[in-house]
Amino acid sequence: MTLTAGVIAVQGDVSEHVAALERSATACGVDLTVQRVRTAGTVPSCDMLVLPGGESTTISDLLVTEKIASEIVGHVEAGNPLLATCAGLIVVSRDPRDERVHTLDCLDISVDRNAFGRQRDSFEAPLPIRGLERPFPAVFIRAPLIDSVGPSVEVLAAWEDRPVAVRSGSVVATSFHPELTHDSRLHELALFEQFS
Amino acid sequence: MSSSTDIEELKRGTELVKRGFAKMQKGGVIMDVVTREQARVAEDAGAVAVMSLEAVPADIRKRGGVARMADPGALTEIIDEVSIPVMGKCRIGHTTEAQILEATGADMIDESEVLTPADNDYHIEKEAFTSPFVCGARSLPEALRRIDEGAAMIRTKGEAGTGDVNQAVTHQRAIKSAIREIEGKTHEERERWAREHEAPAALVHDTAERGRLPVVNFAAGGIATPADAALMMSLGCDGIFVGSGIFGAEEPTAMGRAIVEAVNNWDDPERLAEIASDIGSGMKGQSNVQMADEDRLQDRGV
Repeated sequence: MTLTAGVIAVQGDVSEHVAALERSATACGVDLTVQRVRTAGTVPSCDMLVLPGGESTTISDLLVTEKIASEIVGHVEAGNPLLATCAGLIVVSRDPRDERVHTLDCLDISVDRNAFGRQRDSFEAPLPIRGLERPFPAVFIRAPLIDSVGPSVEVLAAWEDRPVAVRSGSVVATSFHPELTHDSRLHELALFEQFS
Repeated sequence: MSSSTDIEELKRGTELVKRGFAKMQKGGVIMDVVTREQARVAEDAGAVAVMSLEAVPADIRKRGGVARMADPGALTEIIDEVSIPVMGKCRIGHTTEAQILEATGADMIDESEVLTPADNDYHIEKEAFTSPFVCGARSLPEALRRIDEGAAMIRTKGEAGTGDVNQAVTHQRAIKSAIREIEGKTHEERERWAREHEAPAALVHDTAERGRLPVVNFAAGGIATPADAALMMSLGCDGIFVGSGIFGAEEPTAMGRAIVEAVNNWDDPERLAEIASDIGSGMKGQSNVQMADEDRLQDRGV
């Protein structure tokens, strides 16, 4: 099977997601082409999308300026898979509780930005995730926490009883960074399950 | 669902966490700011982070005297003002200034040649800190020495406060060219290259295998226009620091926004033409090609 993945590349850790997608595709036996999306026109031809980590204020601004925002909403409304990590999770949320971020409102959660504090409070820790056998090496960098989830949202992982990984329909969002380690199980779970 | 995660296994300040922070800045513009009002302008313009300092490099040049870490109170004000990361500059080798910046809550520390060096022989032992550091470099061996000390991010030194991109171009080309050189070498030739260039051998091998620096590499020093920023992206930089170029410009908001958009569209000249139109004039600047040796900041801390 030949598929096309798009990594939204207006800002953030894009090449790490490209590498993770390529590892996942190999593990799942899928022939994958990865596009870096910096302007409008590419998203409609993508079978799956990734919204990377970065700064949510900058990413959300550029998605509007570059007219990519409405294309991502269309991708999700059509039921196509999307993985959003850290800043990406904030950008897809219904309510970022911060007027500086224009969110896409395609995931029914409200978010507490930088909930863990400053960079000196960032950390890595093994995290049990529903659907994965062994704990996942989770890297939290100035990470958001999820305050509340809507009825359609399934919690996949929690940190001290607050959700940090969720799924709703074709969208999976994590407040940590699965792309920073060599473990590609979360990319496989979020993006490739429906194609295998 | 209750978390059964073992908190004992939580680790802060690891290489992964520090280098990971720098990776989240990629494709972005980090802007120098002096006041909380400037920090607000920078965040609204789309900056991925702000660098808090006492005066922008162009003013430090004019003013002369000893340039030190800014008042931590000013850093706190800026932290309260914006949601993006806030970085602070300390003097080369001034471990205590760095500790104060970390205690104040700076998300990244720039051990910077723009300030007056505190130590003529040693840089800060950066691995000992929980916070990540960025350091300037003019060449690959210099970059690898800083990474060996624990730097999680490298930027070109350029020649800060001049508005002349010439030296940033020179430094970025030197780093890229040296990486291409070691990529073509055998293991033993790289070992020899490392000895000859006073570069840590393990990092020489690591860089050659990756075909790039093992940490994020930004451009800095003299970037003053959207075209300068796009040029540095075309030379393989991961993102851009703009110092005096924003608040030294005629219209800081328009210039900041234009540089942010130029970084995303660096390879599209038609978009760059639109982006660079009607944004007011850039900072005045001074050419750095004929600069006297004693005025050069880049020779500090190599």
